[in-house]
Amino acid sequence: MKNVLCAVAGAAALLISAPSIAQTTLTVATVNNGDMIRMQGLTSEFTAKNPDITVKWVTLEENVLRQRVTTDIATKGGQFDVLTIGTYEVPIWAKKNWLVPLDKLGADYDVGDLLPKIKDAVSVDGKLYAAPFYGESSMVMYRTDLFDKAGLKMPDSPTWDFVIDAAKKLTDKSGGVYGICLRGKAGWGENMAFLTAMANSFGAHWFDEKWEPQFNSPEWKKTLTTYVDLMKQAGPPGASSNGFNENLALFNAGKCAMWIDATVAASFVTNPKDSKVADKVGFALAPNTGLGKNANWLWAWNLAVPAGSKKVDAAEKFIAWATSKEYSKLVASKEGWANVPPGTRTSLYQNPEYQKAAPFAKMTLASIDAADPNKPTVKPVPYVGVQYAAIPEFQGIGTSVGQQFSAALAGSSTVDAALSAAQSSTEREMKRAGYIK
Amino acid sequence: MARMVTTRRKVISTVAAWLVGFLIFFPILWMVLASFKTELEAFAIPPSFLFFHWTTENYATVQERSDYLHHALNSIVIAGGSTLIAMLIAVPAAWSMAFSPTKRTKDILLWMLSTKMMPPVGVLVPIYLIYRNFGLLDTRSGLIFILCLGNLPIVIWMLFTYFKEIPKDILEAARMDGATIGRELIYVLTPMAVPGLASTLLLNLILAWNEAFWTLNLSTLEAAPLTVFIASYSSPEGLFWAKLSAASTLAIAPILVLGWFSQRQLVRGLTFGAVK
Repeated sequence: MKNVLCAVAGAAALLISAPSIAQTTLTVATVNNGDMIRMQGLTSEFTAKNPDITVKWVTLEENVLRQRVTTDIATKGGQFDVLTIGTYEVPIWAKKNWLVPLDKLGADYDVGDLLPKIKDAVSVDGKLYAAPFYGESSMVMYRTDLFDKAGLKMPDSPTWDFVIDAAKKLTDKSGGVYGICLRGKAGWGENMAFLTAMANSFGAHWFDEKWEPQFNSPEWKKTLTTYVDLMKQAGPPGASSNGFNENLALFNAGKCAMWIDATVAASFVTNPKDSKVADKVGFALAPNTGLGKNANWLWAWNLAVPAGSKKVDAAEKFIAWATSKEYSKLVASKEGWANVPPGTRTSLYQNPEYQKAAPFAKMTLASIDAADPNKPTVKPVPYVGVQYAAIPEFQGIGTSVGQQFSAALAGSSTVDAALSAAQSSTEREMKRAGYIK
Repeated sequence: MARMVTTRRKVISTVAAWLVGFLIFFPILWMVLASFKTELEAFAIPPSFLFFHWTTENYATVQERSDYLHHALNSIVIAGGSTLIAMLIAVPAAWSMAFSPTKRTKDILLWMLSTKMMPPVGVLVPIYLIYRNFGLLDTRSGLIFILCLGNLPIVIWMLFTYFKEIPKDILEAARMDGATIGRELIYVLTPMAVPGLASTLLLNLILAWNEAFWTLNLSTLEAAPLTVFIASYSSPEGLFWAKLSAASTLAIAPILVLGWFSQRQLVRGLTFGAVK
């Protein structure tokens, strides 16, 4: 009888206490890449510590996600509680008051540990509007065996002259090895990310201080001529349709002597499971022309909370967990230090275990340090952003210019025609948007 | 002699038909093959056609990472529901326009078609706002509604052209025999229009199944159909071709099987009228 009474009392207690743990369901929108998928897999560690929060994931391809999330945030649709957004969106959306400033990340979050360049990129007026999940720059990845064979030595910070010369020497078209692989596929985040960064190193810029487009400048002509000539002489066939993935596949198959692209690629090309050349890869800073700017970009995928979310506290709790030092340790304990999301925290780069596991750590950090989103080019510019200008119109303009430049690479247009088409289309859009008269 | 030519012609046209068929089917075959490769092999240059290390790990990963059945069920409900409602509206509409046309019938038909000429992204924001206010975002009923609206013009046009092929005299004869409108529809019109109805139904189902603009933009989790499932495996930064192929193979499998079994109806319906 006593037992029955106990059981009834217990059940009653459960019934009464059950509603007191109000469940909060967070919907997290994210892109499909290795680090994000890993985070998805580790969510149970977060929910175990926070039993009142359930996390649901919406994973989408980058461009689909961008459109989806922009529609929702602009209309205050309230479908998402945590968004994965790039450094391009953060300043634009923060100024529109679409994002909640992250000031409740907790005392032990250590904001001061975030890499200064990355922190700048996700802050507006000194306030953090998104927390960086992983950051990247771009650098030269090269085949040490091919360089040794040709008697060449890659400096830590090569010039374009050296890279061009080496690319020509290392090209062996009959053997299926090309001196250099670069992006050619049209798109503001594809070929224009690379070409804008390259143009910065040649002293070119998108707009002058009065927002006048600058594609008629000699610097842009030199940039594009150098790029097209180099790719014709030392690039793989069909380069105008190559993006990150295509070049990664070419490099992993041993077809490229050099590849200039995102620093995150370093962990792919050195992974023996995916790459045939894993033990023969060296790293160097993106090339320069001696003008003080290297051809490298700066990007980070960040977690942010949309304004109007009714679950701000839970969302910030999740973001603080996912971008913390503890999360890095968690990933390291489960999958090894080489798989920790890179490019966001100083402490990671001071960690000897990480330095040992990731041979590319030093150069990744140096590349991130070498990019300055607030002073991206040799000449002063009115915009923020290294490989983009953080204005809402840039996506459209960047893609249309990218199509012109891709056509010049494919040979269906000339460098001069592409530049003049880029100039006129950009002028038209900037006039329409009211930046210039 | 004449017989030999016929045989030779037969052989040539059969081979040509198979070649064209294979050419059209090749991308799907390639996708299925890629889904059984490792990520490294899926990207290999030159690509290997059949001699590679076959693996089912991509299917295991896809199954582990996402809930295929949930998405597939949503696709079935949304595509099936929108098709059914579209047919219920379109059959009487097309019937009335085909058999009792007025002065404005042609204008109405053209107006319906004109709505398909507008790019859907042009009305995305207004529709999104309406859906938000009515609580239809991420609901199956919301997606059924929008897909039904989107496909209605095509369905009405198709049915209209089929119905027009049916001689009016037959209907008149039925009426003279004392058939009511209901009997006329069920016993006279329907049997003659079955191939047309079937192919319209199938085409509408395929269109709704493959629709990837509204389904991606108006759903999040609960109502997300297979298009969202596929989009979660595509990535511009990282090699996921084999997994993407596995996801796509899973997504098209149901509609491929359905199309295979109903191909006779489909062909008959699409060539209906031309044979007369």
